[in-house]
Amino acid sequence: MLTDLSKIPTYDTLGVQERVERFQKRSIKKSSKTEGLRKILSMIDLTTLEGKDTRGKVEQLCYKAMHPHDALPELPTVAAICVYPSMVGVAKNALKGSSIHVASVATAFPSGQSSLKVKLDDTRFAVNEGADEVDMVISRGKFLSGDYNFVFDEIAAVKEACGKAHLKVILETGELETLDNVRKASEIAIQSGADFIKTSTGKIQPAATLPVTYVMLDTIKDHYLKTGKMIGMKPAGGISTSKLALNYLVMLNEVLGEKWMNKNYFRFGASSLANDVLMQLVKSETGFYQSANYFSKD
Amino acid sequence: MSRLNINKTYKLYIGGKFPRTESGRYYPVYNKKGSLIANMCLASRKDFRNAVVAARKAQGSWAGVSALNKGQILYRIAEMLEGRRDQFIEELILQGSTKKEAETEVDLSIDRLVYYAGWSDKYQQFFSTVNPVSSAHFNFTAMEPTGIVSAVAPEQQGLLGLVSVIAPVIVGGNSIVILASEGKALSAISFSEVLNSSDVPGGVVNILTGKKEELIPHIASHMDVNAMIYCGDDQNKIKSIQELASNNVKRTIIYKKSSWNDSNNESPYFIEKTLEAKTTWHPVKV
Repeated sequence: MLTDLSKIPTYDTLGVQERVERFQKRSIKKSSKTEGLRKILSMIDLTTLEGKDTRGKVEQLCYKAMHPHDALPELPTVAAICVYPSMVGVAKNALKGSSIHVASVATAFPSGQSSLKVKLDDTRFAVNEGADEVDMVISRGKFLSGDYNFVFDEIAAVKEACGKAHLKVILETGELETLDNVRKASEIAIQSGADFIKTSTGKIQPAATLPVTYVMLDTIKDHYLKTGKMIGMKPAGGISTSKLALNYLVMLNEVLGEKWMNKNYFRFGASSLANDVLMQLVKSETGFYQSANYFSKD
Repeated sequence: MSRLNINKTYKLYIGGKFPRTESGRYYPVYNKKGSLIANMCLASRKDFRNAVVAARKAQGSWAGVSALNKGQILYRIAEMLEGRRDQFIEELILQGSTKKEAETEVDLSIDRLVYYAGWSDKYQQFFSTVNPVSSAHFNFTAMEPTGIVSAVAPEQQGLLGLVSVIAPVIVGGNSIVILASEGKALSAISFSEVLNSSDVPGGVVNILTGKKEELIPHIASHMDVNAMIYCGDDQNKIKSIQELASNNVKRTIIYKKSSWNDSNNESPYFIEKTLEAKTTWHPVKV
């Protein structure tokens, strides 16, 4: 059952912005930077979610996931590949023998404007194809019109349809208007059984931002203090530079602490971030600024 | 009634914007008598990196601008510079030139821009060739921009040297990141204001001020830079530039001249230095 949402904390937007600015002022250099970059690489959900995705594109992405940059020894692989349900089988096959997960978006992604039956079928299809993780979208229209129980029930139903697969719930914060709404949606998602909460589909601007992620991390923290259960976090969309990703790590560490600093509890949904991280890693190795020309396409 | 002078804050020119250096550092520039005339941004390697990102972003579409339009834009720079002739003369005098030297330098800079503006729709015909081959092919060579050019401007002639390096590079469709003369840096930044009001797309020309010693290793080694121009005769620097540039087989161009006044400093061959020749074999009916 959904708890009384009138009792949850509210946020002062300016206060959150100030707090977030402080995370961007930490100086991370040399070996700690390298360590952070490797961590970021291991947390990436390498994503391709386009209508024009082909078998070839997905297979190439899977290869990239397993071999980020062979010139650098002992690099971690990314955490998962994130694709549409129709590509799950292809990705699963291409990643055979590796520990990289296959995540699939589902539930009429990205708008979520369909019937519950279609959404559940979509989810079951992805899971049957072999998805280890399911990224669902919430019904923002229902949420904004105050039908919280509908949203709650829908997530719970999808969770059930997921079976063993992990469920990430996309709030699409770019459409939620206020930070208080983000908090409310996070509460609903967590209470209805989400393993991860995720900011965005990547199809709506703004996508992930530091303030929104902060509020979601804060919700996770409160939930942990109350119940002892750890929920994961996935900012997605618009995080394309190493510097910004490091800011997210700083925030993660300062809000939730070291227990969350691994791919089981934190992911970056991104496509071009991986190459930027690799370029930075090679830069710190060689001392020379790098060019995208010398890295495989992502 | 007396009023306070409003002194200009000299900043960098990156991606069509005027940011301060991200490092927050400055270095003083003095006139001949030893009094302070300006604090210049002491650009860091990160400023250089940001400038290269801006240059890369701008280069593709700049290369696609028609030859006629590129010529118009270069001519427009000359027009804008002409309109601010007096200001530039005054600034050069402030940096130690005599009145006559300053006038010559500004006039030559304007004329040089016009010179290269004229070459914009002509160099391609000048350098391209149709090559005789013994198979059933139409074989021709056409010129393409090298890409991103990094440059260290001449230490003397802070305006004319800078303009003489920039103009042939951009008329060829390249974008450029140039480190201005250390001691005569004021004109370079004032020139960026001219560029900014001349329809030159942001990022095509990026101007930094700072220390050669600190920045040259990065200017020479950056893997995303396709060619480098060094103006000067420091043998140690030239050697280290050539070594570092070899990492990504960067074209290196060295100008040892100390004066850019003579007309032998204008030539289409300056454009050709940052062009690449592409040869195409086109099958023809036997």
